Amino acid sequence: MNKFKLDWLILPLLGIAVILGLWALFSATWAKDLPSPLKTWESSKPYIVEPFAKRGEMDQGILRFTWYSLTLVAQGYALALIIGTPIGFFLGLSKGFTKTFDPIIQILRPVSPLAWLPLGLVLFLGTGKEAGTYGALFTIAICAMWPTVLNTAVGVRAVPQDYLNVGRVLKLSRWKTLTKILIPATLPYMFTGFRLSLGIAWLVIVAAEMLTGRPGVGGFLWQEYNALIYEHIILSIIVIGLVGFVLDRLMSLLEQRFKTA
Amino acid sequence: MHIKARPLRNLILTFTPMPFLELNGVCKGFGGPEVLTDVNLAIERGEFVAIVGYSGSGKTTLISLIAGLQKPDRGTVKLNDLEITGPGPDRGVVFQNYSLLPWLTVAENIALAVDQVFPNHSAEKRTAIVDKAIATVNLTPAREKLPRQLSGGMRQRVSVARALAMDPQILLLDEPLSALDALTRSTLQDEFERIWEADKKTVVLITNDVDEALLLADRIIPLTPGPGATLGESVAVTLARPRDRKALNHDPEFKRLRALVTNQLLGFGAKRRATITKKLILPDILPEDLDVPRTSRKRPLRPHEIKQEEVAAAT
Ligand SMILES: Nc1ncnc2c1ncn2[C@@H]1O[C@H](COP(=O)(O)OP(=O)(O)OP(=O)(O)O)[C@@H](O)[C@H]1O
Ligand SMILES: [Mg+2]
Repeated sequence: MNKFKLDWLILPLLGIAVILGLWALFSATWAKDLPSPLKTWESSKPYIVEPFAKRGEMDQGILRFTWYSLTLVAQGYALALIIGTPIGFFLGLSKGFTKTFDPIIQILRPVSPLAWLPLGLVLFLGTGKEAGTYGALFTIAICAMWPTVLNTAVGVRAVPQDYLNVGRVLKLSRWKTLTKILIPATLPYMFTGFRLSLGIAWLVIVAAEMLTGRPGVGGFLWQEYNALIYEHIILSIIVIGLVGFVLDRLMSLLEQRFKTA
Repeated sequence: MHIKARPLRNLILTFTPMPFLELNGVCKGFGGPEVLTDVNLAIERGEFVAIVGYSGSGKTTLISLIAGLQKPDRGTVKLNDLEITGPGPDRGVVFQNYSLLPWLTVAENIALAVDQVFPNHSAEKRTAIVDKAIATVNLTPAREKLPRQLSGGMRQRVSVARALAMDPQILLLDEPLSALDALTRSTLQDEFERIWEADKKTVVLITNDVDEALLLADRIIPLTPGPGATLGESVAVTLARPRDRKALNHDPEFKRLRALVTNQLLGFGAKRRATITKKLILPDILPEDLDVPRTSRKRPLRPHEIKQEEVAAAT
């Protein structure tokens, strides 16, 4: 048994080694344009060792770019939660509301961020230079809110009748029923929704930056593609993946915390 | 003497107030066959009434009707001669499954009720009420614990403390002890007896344990098995209080009452079996609705089924 103690460390490292091996192999054989791992590292080094450097608008440390993306995501995500959670509550509480809006939600939900972004830009044309920012926020909010909406609705519907009966016997006001019973009882579902929404928000930001050319990891990726510096595409992909992973871990920690409560 | 006393008694009868809690011809169904049919019940103020019945006969339904959580299809439920139209804190309910809010501590669960019922009291006074209720059920050390950190018996006591703290006019106890082991059960029964001796509240206790009913109640009313359950003839428990469980076991009156109630319940059971066999023997039962698809035939649902279905439909 003792032999397997380091499984959690050794096996993932093994997985990474396999992928690196394949990558090196491909770049040496049929995918000549794919930079090798070594080349990628050498070319990316200045962006990694000085992660917060600012050498120009589109030439900055990778974490500085990440930071730009994260601040925009945070705003769009906050918007998604602020709009999505109440909608979820209305859906969960009112059959009529559900009947009215469920079809339209089901239709809007699968629409890709790439389809929303132009509409967002059009909507905020009047803001001139800031249209890109607002369009991106709009796109993040509208794409990321659905998991929050739907999970909250399911959570509200799943509130045990017993808890509601306690509220009824005590004659709690609507507000108190909401704050003392419905919200606490729904929190675990809400947080599942929040976690999924954050994942989507992070997906969307990259797409939005690529289309608008905003400084950020996604914008950087697109710019370096156009500049034929393919190593930086891979650097960006790795960073995007890592950040997404960390965000998901953090959210699931929060989620666990509310599961037990 | 005798002749003189009679008019006086009549006079008293005439001025006897309406029963404190009164159910008149109450019927309740959930779309399927009626669960309760023609339930009549009158309870005086300060009385401790136990209702015993088989599982699934409609005991919780009866409590919900008194609590106002359900509305009767026909008939009336009156408290203090006022028809009950909805739930309210004047009727403290101890639910069958405790129904504590899992995200609140013991004290917070009770405080939610106290704050709601006594909004005009000062904060200190409300805290004092909470603490007293917790002390009454011997849970002071568990004051800051969450329900999931408590045993079943402790949770049940919190639920009782919450109902007591509301100082309701009537306590409705829905099988408060049936989920507990025998030892915990008897400890809590003694605790109930002590609490009731202390402030003689009107109590309706639902139970499936005849001994428990005999230990605690002034009157035992059996509920016939459903569907179409109704209340049987009530049995007055004439045993002197305070009742001691050890002494009771040898009390001939206790034995007599126990046999009486048990036989009544067993009689219902036999009748139920008889009707079932009779139905099976009947030669030509051809239900008309055989053509109706199975799904559209209505079947009474257990509460947990209902909830799941709603969730499933929603997702
Ligand atoms: N909300 C409801 N909707 C539909 N049917 C219900 C509902 N509540 C109860 N019933 C039905 O009414 C009948 C009696 O249920 P009830 O819960 O009152 O029984 P009970 O005597 O309390 O049972 P137990 O001893 O198991 O607690 C059951 O057949 C049940 O399926
Ligand atoms: Mg019940």
